[in-house]
Amino acid sequence: MLEIKGLTARVEDKEILKGIDLVVPDGEVHAIMGPNGSGKSTLSYVLSGRDGYQVTGGTATFDGQDLLALAPEQRAAAGLFLAFQYPVELPGVNNANFLRTALNAIRRARGEAELDAVQFLKLARTEIKRLSMADDMLKRNVNVGFSGGEKKRNEVLQMAILRPRIAILDETDSGLDIDALKIVSDGVNALRAPDFSALVITHYQRLLDYIVPDRVHVLYKGRIIRSGGPELALALEATGYASVIAEAA
Amino acid sequence: MSAPAQTGAKPPAPLEAVAGAFLARYEARPDRDIAREQAAELFRTGGLPGAREEAWHYTTLRPLADAVFDPPAADPGELLAGLPEIAAPRLVFAQGRFRADLSTVPSGISVRTGAPAWGGLARPAIEKLVALNTMLAEDGADIEVADGVDAGTLVLASLATGGAFHPRHAIRLGTGARLTLVEVNLGAGAYLNNPVFSVSVAEDATLVHLRIQNESPGAFHLSTLYAEVGARGTYDSFLLSLGGRLARVEVHARLAGEKSAAHLNAAQLLGGGQHADFTTVVAHDAPATTSRQTVKSVLTGRSRGVFQGKIEVSRHAQKTDGYQMNQALLLSGEAEIDSKPQLEIYADDVKCSHGATVGELDPDQLFYLRSRGVPEAQARSILVRAFLDETLDPIAHEAAREAMEGMISAWWDGQMGKEGAAP
Repeated sequence: MLEIKGLTARVEDKEILKGIDLVVPDGEVHAIMGPNGSGKSTLSYVLSGRDGYQVTGGTATFDGQDLLALAPEQRAAAGLFLAFQYPVELPGVNNANFLRTALNAIRRARGEAELDAVQFLKLARTEIKRLSMADDMLKRNVNVGFSGGEKKRNEVLQMAILRPRIAILDETDSGLDIDALKIVSDGVNALRAPDFSALVITHYQRLLDYIVPDRVHVLYKGRIIRSGGPELALALEATGYASVIAEAA
Repeated sequence: MSAPAQTGAKPPAPLEAVAGAFLARYEARPDRDIAREQAAELFRTGGLPGAREEAWHYTTLRPLADAVFDPPAADPGELLAGLPEIAAPRLVFAQGRFRADLSTVPSGISVRTGAPAWGGLARPAIEKLVALNTMLAEDGADIEVADGVDAGTLVLASLATGGAFHPRHAIRLGTGARLTLVEVNLGAGAYLNNPVFSVSVAEDATLVHLRIQNESPGAFHLSTLYAEVGARGTYDSFLLSLGGRLARVEVHARLAGEKSAAHLNAAQLLGGGQHADFTTVVAHDAPATTSRQTVKSVLTGRSRGVFQGKIEVSRHAQKTDGYQMNQALLLSGEAEIDSKPQLEIYADDVKCSHGATVGELDPDQLFYLRSRGVPEAQARSILVRAFLDETLDPIAHEAAREAMEGMISAWWDGQMGKEGAAP
């Protein structure tokens, strides 16, 4: 279970998160929606431990473990996964080696046996097929020369292989056409299980047609100003953020 | 105005004392011939190269003056085990002397040893270290591949435990011949290795020259190579430079025949107080010739890397295609890279480009890897290896490439040990 209490954070001198309270129980998918600049990406980076984001107050725990005290790789080993809004290109790093290195690092940290190249390829090929990705994706350098859609699919592939217990999807829908959106959503839905939860960050309701959330939260100016069921997303789509913001003001 | 009278002789400058010691060693030799005598005369008047010479602006031999070389051991011992596992015949030199007992005889290649292989290309009158080599050379490999022969792979190894030595090698490939020469320099202790190579690649011939400079941390490695390439021939070299206290590898390549090519790629990995210099001069001296130089430098500690690359295009070398790139990764605030491209173009229809970049590891890439569970030290190692990929990936000889990968990993582990989790 992910529990965030009174979380405040700044980037350089600017306070972005002004007190976030959020609980994502195991097995649930929560969506965070909000206009640009509301702090959605900052929240995802603070939770995953990126440099340059300074936590000034509050707590964030996962299964009681203090996430904020852990290095990014330790958070990954604890079961946290961030699907990047802008996946990073790694020229000179083969995608298959990258995935296997990551998987084995996590398995090592958890005290599990590492997979050899054959075992890994078997696993990777199965997931690649499921995500309708081209086979040569494994041979290419990580995200180098990938289209926007391929990059996002590669994120979901990593997620499928690393099997996190909680995934944060940061605007995974941006730049996806409707077919890719469906494939990516199917990939996320396939992971849904009693011990898996997700925080889906999105600007648009569209993604939530495919990944139906248990709860929807509206983030505005660094605070969650409203929470509700999936119907809240539909209401936002119909009336825009302005009405919710006006109500909360 | 009259100059004050000099009273008493000034003590010689430090490098003059070093040059004097080399000369004394030469004077004691019984086998002085005309060529050596001429070289000695050049060395007597010219001495060792110094900062006043443009080509030596970034590298000083001053540390030679304080160096005390170890007495060489009779047996290179464990060094032999450090040679890459390559299934190929090998010529092993210890302290610059050929060791038949450690070598295997190649087939399809003519090899002569026991005396310096002078070759025809060296210029002792211009390169002072070559004058020094000519004066003191005792041995070398004279390697010849006959016309049309694909001679496979040959390992040329230098093992050193002390002293100063000046091997003199000549490599000649006949028309249409092929050879992959894996040059390995290993050692223990403090010593000077000052080899000179004369490389002739005839028409349609290809020499792949994979050079591993993994000398001991106390060693001086000063290497000069001259190459001349005939029509449609290729001199394809890659230098991995990660050893030595002070290393300079100088290459003069002349593209003498139409459509000939030279690749002078290199990876420099330096830590601590190491200094490594890769200096190249490519002379495009025939039409439609191609040169490619990609030099990658990874610098930690207080190390200093130097790349000086000069491309000369003569008047009749139309359709020349020259490319040069130096990229440096600085992993500490105290490391330094000096990158100096030079173009000298006298033809009017040419394509020449050069570039240089300096940077640190990309924090976004580092975070991406770590967010996937890869520990920071391993993530750094992956990114450094990725940085080098462009130079390592084209190496077709798998065993040699794997050996180099192993040395790079060992180098990295060594740096991590020295400097903690974040070099």
